[in-house]
Amino acid sequence: MDFTTLSISQIREFLKSRQASAVEIAQAHLGQIEEKDKQVRAYLALCPERALEQAKKVDQAIAAGEALAPLAGVPVAVKDVILTRGTRTTCASHILENFIAPYDATAVERLERAGAVIVGKTNCDEFAMGSSTENSSFYPTRNPRDLSRVPGGSSGGSAAAVAANFATVALGSDTGGSIRQPAAFCDIVGMMGTYGRVSRYGLVAFASSLDHIGPFGRSVHDVAQVLQTIAGPDPLDSTCAALPVDDYVGALGGDIRGIRVGVPTEYFKGLNPEIGDNIQKGIDLFNKLGCRIVPISLPHTGYAIGCYYIICTAEASSNLARYDGVRYGFRSPQHDDLQEMYRKSRNLGFGAEVKRRIMLGTYVLSSGYYDAYYLKGQKVRTLITRDFVEAFDEVDVIVTPTSPIPPFKLGEKMDDPLQMYLADIYTVTASLAGIPGISVPCGKTPSEPRLPVGMQILANHFDEARLLRVADAFEKAGGFQIS
Amino acid sequence: MAFTEKDVRYVADLAHLELTEEEVTKYLPQLDSILQYVEKLNELDTTEIEPMAQVTYPGSENASFRADEAHKKFSQDQALANAPEQGAGSFKVPRVIEREE
Repeated sequence: MDFTTLSISQIREFLKSRQASAVEIAQAHLGQIEEKDKQVRAYLALCPERALEQAKKVDQAIAAGEALAPLAGVPVAVKDVILTRGTRTTCASHILENFIAPYDATAVERLERAGAVIVGKTNCDEFAMGSSTENSSFYPTRNPRDLSRVPGGSSGGSAAAVAANFATVALGSDTGGSIRQPAAFCDIVGMMGTYGRVSRYGLVAFASSLDHIGPFGRSVHDVAQVLQTIAGPDPLDSTCAALPVDDYVGALGGDIRGIRVGVPTEYFKGLNPEIGDNIQKGIDLFNKLGCRIVPISLPHTGYAIGCYYIICTAEASSNLARYDGVRYGFRSPQHDDLQEMYRKSRNLGFGAEVKRRIMLGTYVLSSGYYDAYYLKGQKVRTLITRDFVEAFDEVDVIVTPTSPIPPFKLGEKMDDPLQMYLADIYTVTASLAGIPGISVPCGKTPSEPRLPVGMQILANHFDEARLLRVADAFEKAGGFQIS
Repeated sequence: MAFTEKDVRYVADLAHLELTEEEVTKYLPQLDSILQYVEKLNELDTTEIEPMAQVTYPGSENASFRADEAHKKFSQDQALANAPEQGAGSFKVPRVIEREE
């Protein structure tokens, strides 16, 4: 019996009926990683002691006849930008290569309290800056569906770990698409809740007005369960919304007749037919399920990439000023004075994409350019957000492709940062507006090699329950295998 | 406006980065093309538009605030454990004040 393919509910059934122990399930995953992660390289570090200790606790609770915790025995992979106490948390950067996290992120703490088993820390683009996981300072991760291709990014290691059965579910972070795009590339489900729905205490900051923690899973149900566990107010994060959490799991399985599905024309103009044909079939499926398909317009979509890269780099340049070689992180051994120590430590510690973004962000905030770039970006952000506010007067959810391109080969886009940025076009808009989004599998590209296509579904602020119900109905109607 | 080599050095200096000559040469065209792309935003008239710094959500403004009380999560030793250099319970840095002889 292969325990690594089980869903959260199946793990629960196996534990209840004593067909498997939590320790056996954890060991099965560690074995799968040992055997296959040499090719994929999804993980940067494993924490087998922590995993087995937690699994033992779950087994002891079962033996004592206690009620099973909601995620009892569920193996979880955690992106290496999220703090895990006592384990290295590197952000895939040389500058934090030896950083041992002194505390757990709230999301991690909540998962463990719910019985989940943290297996290890996953690879990503350095400080979550990138769309392919090739910007990791250590090594790239490969796409388990096609090892010559990237898993997407920046949470590529978490997506690959779930796709390769190295964990049942995973945590990633999403600033401009870093959960949704790798989910699409690796043929799994990935979700970002409303801005402020999940506490970011213990998430290493990249762009604070855009950063989210969110789940990956192989089904909408698994993703809903993880979101249910990690969402909700946190006294340690004042940007976390003080609003009650809906019953996401309970919202699944309902019929979606009458739901108004918006299709924004701007997202389909000039779209690669390899992606567009599948998304159209997905929209047809919603129609068959009794949804009303409503063409809509989000007129400022074409400005989103420019707006996003002004705002995220500005915030990053400020957030990453803390890496100075004083309190933690890499310090260059060669320096004559404090200034030189800062400069050398930062220049040797950061990789190329991080430096590029720090410089862009510093420039757009600098005296004489602030109004022309940063303030302009913030105003355009208002316009992009208004597009969505108006659209959600007419529709309940919005359906788009997740990525304009299928998974590409390693090295293919590394020389042209702007081309890499442009591939984020369909995901950055929701990030700027702060609305929730999910990416679900939507078949494979029509021509060979048949590569995963992801469909993005967006909803209004704090409408996660409806978003998950729509995604779940799509999955149950066979949408993931559409052809 | 075209981005120049001088701008690359100026921005790197502001950001406390000490770039090599090769890096200056590599970043110049990349930053220039990104900034040129961003100019597209100027097609939009935003004179009457409020800037958006943060996503706001319903509820009272300070609903997510907690009482301002210290919570001791970890000790001084633990706080210093990741320091590249430490001593006497402090972070060590190169001398920043010169003594008068």
